[in-house]
Amino acid sequence: MVKSYKKKIRYFIPLFLAAAISIYTAFLVVPIFNSMILSFYSGSGMTPSEFTGFGNYIKLFTQFPFKDRFFGAFGNTIKFFLMVTLVQNVLGFVIAIMVSRKFAGSKIFRRISFLPTTLSVLAVGFLFSLILNPIWGFFDKILEVIGLEFLIKPWLGIPLTALPILAIVVSWQFMGESVLFYTAGIDAIDSEVLEAAKIDGAGLLAEVRYIIFPSIRPIIGIVTILIFVGDFTQFDIVYAMSTSMGNPSYSTDLFGSLFYRTAFSSLERGGWGMGMGAAVATIIFLIVSVGVLFWLFVFRMKGVSQSE
Amino acid sequence: MIKIKDGLLKSLLGIILIIYAVSIFLPILLMLLTSLKGNREIFTNPYGLPHIFNLDNYIKLIKISNYLVYFKNSIIVAVTSIFLILIISSLASFVIAKYRFMGNRFLYFYFIAGLIIPIKLGTIGILKTMITLHLFDNIASLVIVNVAMGIPFGVFVLTDFIRMIPEELSNSARIDGCSEPKIFYKIIVPLIRPALAAVAIINFIPIWNDFWFPLVLIRSDNIKTVPLATALLYGQYETNFGLIFAVLSMASLPVIIFYLILSRQFIKGLTAGALKG
Repeated sequence: MVKSYKKKIRYFIPLFLAAAISIYTAFLVVPIFNSMILSFYSGSGMTPSEFTGFGNYIKLFTQFPFKDRFFGAFGNTIKFFLMVTLVQNVLGFVIAIMVSRKFAGSKIFRRISFLPTTLSVLAVGFLFSLILNPIWGFFDKILEVIGLEFLIKPWLGIPLTALPILAIVVSWQFMGESVLFYTAGIDAIDSEVLEAAKIDGAGLLAEVRYIIFPSIRPIIGIVTILIFVGDFTQFDIVYAMSTSMGNPSYSTDLFGSLFYRTAFSSLERGGWGMGMGAAVATIIFLIVSVGVLFWLFVFRMKGVSQSE
Repeated sequence: MIKIKDGLLKSLLGIILIIYAVSIFLPILLMLLTSLKGNREIFTNPYGLPHIFNLDNYIKLIKISNYLVYFKNSIIVAVTSIFLILIISSLASFVIAKYRFMGNRFLYFYFIAGLIIPIKLGTIGILKTMITLHLFDNIASLVIVNVAMGIPFGVFVLTDFIRMIPEELSNSARIDGCSEPKIFYKIIVPLIRPALAAVAIINFIPIWNDFWFPLVLIRSDNIKTVPLATALLYGQYETNFGLIFAVLSMASLPVIIFYLILSRQFIKGLTAGALKG
């Protein structure tokens, strides 16, 4: 059928594609390359005009305070990513196993678990700052009630605890996403296989290990890559819980907040000028790309060759 | 032996589930309930139900700030963006799904790549373009960025959906003398309504919650959106707990209500994406 229409002039094809291609290209693809080009220039204001080659990158990797801020944020982002990935994957998987079983309210439970994910990260960040607030804080009260008052401390004010708190809040918020994806994967398993396993006397652990886990492995990949891309550009949670400076003493500074500060803040507030900001964005983009390609390579090669 | 261990394991998992459920509701309920308390009651009765449900904090919020304007701006941005995403991505998806032309497959993957490219990293380029186009500090800049961000998911879902529509339907229309564009809006559009709804629903939440782009692109108070207002008011009234909780509730309630009403379609749309992706 397709063939017989080849002869007609299909003017509508470019017409129908025009808006999507131009907006997507101009405002999503080109800006990223724009930043790459800009990262080779230095100067003040919106359009740095002095070509410096790799000058910005050399500054970023070798000079105080640039390298300290950069590698600090890099380390924090990796720690943050590892914590969130661990919590969201492990707990998300366990909860998904539970809610994929049929019990009274399991359907409702699934829906409810996604509720926090719909809220804005900003509002959630502010909310948990208030909950941890030493003056009013609800969290301290809970610790008191369960007899753990010795644990009461300014959680967000101590470098050692601030970053894990941010990671826990983000995991809490996006747990619903993991639960949703894992439950979808478990639901897609042929119920006859599960029945057969039960008849053979497989316990819950065996069922999880030999049937559920192998069949949702690709979903673990999807969940992890979504967390990866999200966390390597995470900004809102830092802004809400520890300001764009990543307080205390840059211990919660992530790539997202580093990029915001360096590119868009004034000099006194940690701005480094557009050229340096563009260099930071480019490095983050390269890291994210390598991660995504690695994921495609490890998890997706099979899938792609099958669907060809 | 196995049975006992299984039973223990299951009750342990049950306990985890209950703790998890409580952890979801507690913070959200705390936020909503505290926003209904007077400032003194927040300290005298911090964790109980409010003695009287009063909306004073909300009334005060509307009086002391331009909250209604911020709210209106957010709605304008969300509705316009979603409307444009639906039109633009359904047109593109129709052509990609139904016609063979050079670069067809490439184009599909080109759009899909946007699902994983973090657009935030192009913000400097976007800011420069917006300044050149005189759209900096203009609400239209947010719409454009949202559309660019929404196209990949739109094309991803709609192309698949349109591919499943049998070609016979279009062919019989062709025999009746229907032009190709007419086939699009007479036959395809009515059939893909559920997919359009899914795209609209799933796009609403990130658009409503977006804080990054308004923060960079918007300066004037009268075009600020709800997330910007949330950050602004939180900074100004940090110690006025009742008011702050009202601010957070106002930012969250629209998405909570929206989600509770449409959660079934929402989960269906996302799940389909996850299994395919």
